[in-house]
Amino acid sequence: MQRIGVFVCWCGSNIAAAVDIETVVQAMKSEPGVVYSTDYQYMCSEAGQGKLKDAVKEHGLTGIVICACSPRMHEATFRNAAKAAGVNPYMVEIANIREQCSWIHRDRAEATAKAVVLSRTAVAKVNLNTPLTPGTSDVVKRALVIGGGIAGLQSALDIAEAGYQVDIVEKQPTIGGKMAQLDKTFPTLDCAACILTPKMVDAAQHENIRIYTYSEVEQVSGFVGNFSVRIRGKARSVKADICSGCGLCMEKCPSKKAKDEFNMGLNNRRAIYIPFAQAIPNVPVIDREQCIKFKTGKCGLCARVCPADAVDFEQQDSIIEERYGAVVLATGFHTLSLEHYDEYQYARQPDVITSLELERIMNAAGPTGGKLLRPSNGKAPKSVVFVQCVGSRDTTGCGKTYCSKICCMYTAKHAMLIREKYPEVDVSVFYIDVRTPGKNFDEFYRRAVEDYGVRYIKGMVGKVVPEKGRLLVRGSDLLDDSQVALEADLVVLASAVEADASAKGLATLLTASIDTNNFYTEAHPKLKPVESPTAGVYLSGVCQGPKDIPETVAQASAAAVKVVGLLSKDKLLSNPCIARADELLCSGCSNCEHVCPYGAVSYIEQELRIHGRNQIRRIAKVNEAICQGCGACTVVCTSGAMDLRGFSNSQIMAEVDALCR
Amino acid sequence: MSVDKQPFKPLIAAFCCNWCSYAGADLAGTSRLAYPAEVKIIRVPCSCRVNPLFVLRAFQRGADGVIIAGCHPGDCHYTTGNYYARRRMTLLFSMLDYLGIEKERTKLDWISAAEGVKFATVMNDFSKEIHALGRNTRFGDLRCTTAVAQ
Amino acid sequence: MHNSSCTVKETARKILESGQAERLLGWEQDSSGYNHAPAVFKSAGELDRFIYDRFCGSNLSKLLARLREAEGRTAVLLKACDRESFNLLVREHRIDPEQVHRVDIECSGMVDIEKLRNKGIKGIREITESGDELHISTLYGEKRCRSEEVLLEKCLSCPAVSSADAFDAVGQMEERSSLERYEFWKEALSTCIRCNACRNSCPVCTCEQCIFDNPRSGTAGKASADFFEDQHFHLVRVFHAAGRCTDCGECTRVCPQGIPLYLLNRKVIKDINELYGELSLEDKELGKGALTSFSFQDAHPDIIRKRTGDQ
Repeated sequence: MQRIGVFVCWCGSNIAAAVDIETVVQAMKSEPGVVYSTDYQYMCSEAGQGKLKDAVKEHGLTGIVICACSPRMHEATFRNAAKAAGVNPYMVEIANIREQCSWIHRDRAEATAKAVVLSRTAVAKVNLNTPLTPGTSDVVKRALVIGGGIAGLQSALDIAEAGYQVDIVEKQPTIGGKMAQLDKTFPTLDCAACILTPKMVDAAQHENIRIYTYSEVEQVSGFVGNFSVRIRGKARSVKADICSGCGLCMEKCPSKKAKDEFNMGLNNRRAIYIPFAQAIPNVPVIDREQCIKFKTGKCGLCARVCPADAVDFEQQDSIIEERYGAVVLATGFHTLSLEHYDEYQYARQPDVITSLELERIMNAAGPTGGKLLRPSNGKAPKSVVFVQCVGSRDTTGCGKTYCSKICCMYTAKHAMLIREKYPEVDVSVFYIDVRTPGKNFDEFYRRAVEDYGVRYIKGMVGKVVPEKGRLLVRGSDLLDDSQVALEADLVVLASAVEADASAKGLATLLTASIDTNNFYTEAHPKLKPVESPTAGVYLSGVCQGPKDIPETVAQASAAAVKVVGLLSKDKLLSNPCIARADELLCSGCSNCEHVCPYGAVSYIEQELRIHGRNQIRRIAKVNEAICQGCGACTVVCTSGAMDLRGFSNSQIMAEVDALCR
Repeated sequence: MSVDKQPFKPLIAAFCCNWCSYAGADLAGTSRLAYPAEVKIIRVPCSCRVNPLFVLRAFQRGADGVIIAGCHPGDCHYTTGNYYARRRMTLLFSMLDYLGIEKERTKLDWISAAEGVKFATVMNDFSKEIHALGRNTRFGDLRCTTAVAQ
Repeated sequence: MHNSSCTVKETARKILESGQAERLLGWEQDSSGYNHAPAVFKSAGELDRFIYDRFCGSNLSKLLARLREAEGRTAVLLKACDRESFNLLVREHRIDPEQVHRVDIECSGMVDIEKLRNKGIKGIREITESGDELHISTLYGEKRCRSEEVLLEKCLSCPAVSSADAFDAVGQMEERSSLERYEFWKEALSTCIRCNACRNSCPVCTCEQCIFDNPRSGTAGKASADFFEDQHFHLVRVFHAAGRCTDCGECTRVCPQGIPLYLLNRKVIKDINELYGELSLEDKELGKGALTSFSFQDAHPDIIRKRTGDQ
C-alpha cells in the first residue's frame, strides 16, 4: 500500500478563486492510500517545494499528488522536488485543476466537484505507480553518412569538424553526387564544380573522415548509440592504394561503347574509367560488364600499360564491419524516367532531352565541350522550348503528385544562360505556375523574363511532333486562351525529382519510415525535420523531400548538429515510461512488432519455467533505448503482456474508475 | 425513486493525447474558453494508447459519453499512432452502434496543441449531444444477467 | 482431397504407419454420437476410435497450438473452414508450420444435431447424402431432409457448401433501428452463463493467460460481484478477435445457450472489408492484419455517426 501525500495548490487566486481548496483537501483524506492532505498558496515556489520535502520526511510518503497547474507546466519541477526528498520522481502525479478546471468553470460548486474528481483520479493512479529509473546505454563516437553528395559531404564535414569520426559510404565510384553534374547554380550562377570540388577535397583530406566509395550498406543491427553496420565495398578491379591516377589505362582501353553515366549517356566512356576529372578518389574502376577481359578473357591491355601494376582482375568485394553511434541518410535523388511520356517523344527524338542532360551539354567539361548543340546532328539550335512539371504535380498516375520544387528555378537558369551565350536563340518556357519562394529567387526569374527576353507561356504541352528535322511543340496558352505551336530545335523537359532507388531498402535496414513516394519521413514534420522517427537516424538533403542546394546544405548541417549532440554524450538516458512485455504472458504473436513505429520490438527464444516445466517460448523484447513510449503495442496485445510503464493498463483503468465513480 | 427530477448531469470521459489534444485543452484553459465541467480528461501518451477496453470500462462505470482526442493525421508525435487509433475506434464505434448504443455517445476528434478554441467547441458540442441523449442506460444492460453473481 | 470417411481414415493410417508424423489430430466418436471430439492418435492401432462423418464440426487447428511443445511432427486434418484459422495461428507464431503435416480434407457441411432433433429425427444410425438431400437411417425408419436445413450455422456461409451470403444476417441486423438492435442484444447476451466454451474453442484465443483470468489485468473477474466479465466479456472478446477472427464459427457452434456470436464477429469482418478492403501485398507479407496496419486515407469514425437508422 502506498503512503500518498496530496498537495493542493491555490496558485494564488488562479485556482482558489474558483475551487474551494478546503473541500478538495478534506475529500482527499478519505481516498485510499492517502495519509496526508494539505494545501499551499504556491506549490511550485521554493517554500511550496520545501513543504513537500518536509511532508515526505514526516509522513514517510511513497507517492505524491500535486493538484495544481498542468503537468506540462511543472511536472518536471515536482519530480525533481520528489527526487530531492528521496522519492522516485515517477511516483508523482499531477491533477490539472487549473487549465482544465478553475480557469474554465465559473460555477464554484461545479469547479470544486470537478477538482475533487480530478484529484482522486490522480490518487487512484499513484496507488499503482511504481518507481521507474531511466535506462542508460553507451554511445559509439563515430557516425555513418550514407551518400556522398553535397548533403552527405556537408553533414560529414560538420561532424568531423566537431571532432568526431565519420565514415561516408557512396555507391558510385566517386563522391560528389548530383551536384557534380551541374553546370551553374541558381540564383547566383556560380559554377557548381567550383564550390563543390573543394568540399570533396576537404572531406577526402579530413583526418576524421573515411570515405568508402563504390560501396553499399548491406546490413544494419543495433540501435541509437550503437549501430552495427556491414558495408560491402564492390571490387573496383584496381588497387586503390597503389594507383596513381595517371589515366594511361583509360587511354588504352579498347572498349568504348559504354554509355557515360556522368554525362547522362550523351557520349561513351571506356570500360575502365574515372567518372569525371575531379573525381575522388582519383582511381579508375573497371566496368566488368563492358570489359573485354571479363567478357572474353582476352585483352588485359590496361594491366599491361599500368606503370604501378595496380590493375587486379581477381579483386574481390571487401566487407567492412563497423559500429556507429548515429547514421545520417543522405541518399539523394534521381530524375524520373520519361520512358512512358510518349507525348514528349523523349524516348524517340534525340533532340528532346532532360534538364540534367542540358546541364551536361552546357558544361565546359561535358560531351560538347560546353557548346549548345543538338544531340541529333551536332548543329546549333535556333529555338529552344522548355517544358516544366514533366512528371511533377501529375495526378494521372504516370508521374509524381508533388512539386519537385527546383525545376522552376533551374529552368529559368537554363533559359537565361542560353540567352546570354546565344542571344540569337529563341527561348520559350511552358509552365503551370512559376514558383520562386526563396531568397533572390523571384528577382532571378524576373530577370530571365525582363532582361533576357525569355518567353513564358502558361500552359501545358500536349504533344511534341517531329517535323522536317525540327520539333513542333503543341501546347496551350491559358492566359491567351489559345492553342500554340512552336518550332523548336531542342526541347528540354524538367523531369520530376524522385527519391533514390536505394532509399526503400535502406529504410527497411534501418527501420526508418518512408512515405508513399519513398522519401524518408521525418520524426515530426515541423519540430523534428531532420530526425527520422528511428532514434539515432538523421535525414540530410533530398532523400527527405525535394529541395535546392542551400536548403540541402542547411539541412545537412542541422542533421550534423543533431549527430554531434548525440555523440557528445557518453551515456544515453532513456525515457523510463516505455513498453515492456511480461514474458510469462507473451505469446510471441508479433502484433506489437507490426505496429511499433520505431522497430523497438524484437523476438527472442527464451527458456521459461512454467508450471514446473522448462519451455522454450518466443517472447517479445522491447529495446529500451529505442522505445519512445507511445503505447501502440499495448493495445494490440490481447493478453496484456505488453504494457506501458507510467501509463499501464491497470493505471488507466483505475483512473477511469475514479473518474466515473 | 424521487419524484422531483434532478437535472441530468452527464459524465463525459475524454482521453487526450499528451502532445496535441491535452495541450489543446490547456490552451483552452489559458484562453479561458469555457466548456462544461462534466468533461473530464485522462492523459495518455498517444491516441493509440487508448485501448477499446478503456472506452468500454468508462461506459461500464457510468460514463454517458466517451471522446478520444489526438493529433491531426500526419502530426502524430509518434508519426503513426493516430492512424491505428482511427481504425480501432472506427470499428469500436461501429460495434457499439450495432449493439444498439446510441452512436452519438462516442467520438474521435483531432485537436492540435494550437486549437484551444476547437477543443472548447468540440467539448461543448459533444456535451450538448450527450445532454440530448440523456443517461446512458443501454450499455449496462448488455451484460450477462443469467448467473448468480451480484 | 479426401472425401469419404473411409479415405480420410485411410490417409490417417498411412501417415501414422509411414512415420510422416508422430501423431495425428483427428476426431473420435463421442458418447452421444453426434458431436465428435478432437483427439490425438499416436499410432495406427489407435485409429479404431477415429471417426470422420457429418458430426465433426470442431476445429482442430487450435489444438495444434497446445501441441507446440510435443516432440516430432503432428499431422492435422483441416476442413476448409479450419484452414484460415490455421493460417492465422501460423502468422502469429502459435504454430510452427515446419512441425506440422497438414492434410486438407473435403467437407460437405457438418450437421447440427439440435436442428435434426428439432425436426423430430431421433435414433440416428447412419447418414448418407444424395444431391442436397440427406438420407437419415434411424431406429424408426428412413428419414429425409434438405441438408441446408440442418447444417451448422458456420456451414451456411461456407462457399463450398452453401451459396448464402455470410453477411446477410449482419446486413439485416444493421437495418434494424438502434433500439431494436439494443433489445436484441440485451436479450441475447443476458442468457450467457459464462461457461467460457466460446473462448476455449476459439482459435484466436490462444493467449498464454486470458486477461479475464489474470488478476493483475484490471479486467479479471474474481474480485467483485459486479465484475467486468459479467458485463462485457463478449464485447471485449470481439475486440480481441477483431482483424484476426477467421469466422470459423466455433464460438457459435459450441455455445450451449445458442447466442448468435457469429453476428458480432461477422460484423467486424464486414466493417473491415467495407472500410479497409484487402491488405496490401506488403502488409500481408509482413504478416500484418487489419488492425496492425493502416492507410492514410482511412475513414474517420464520424462516418458511423452519419449512418441512418438512429433511434
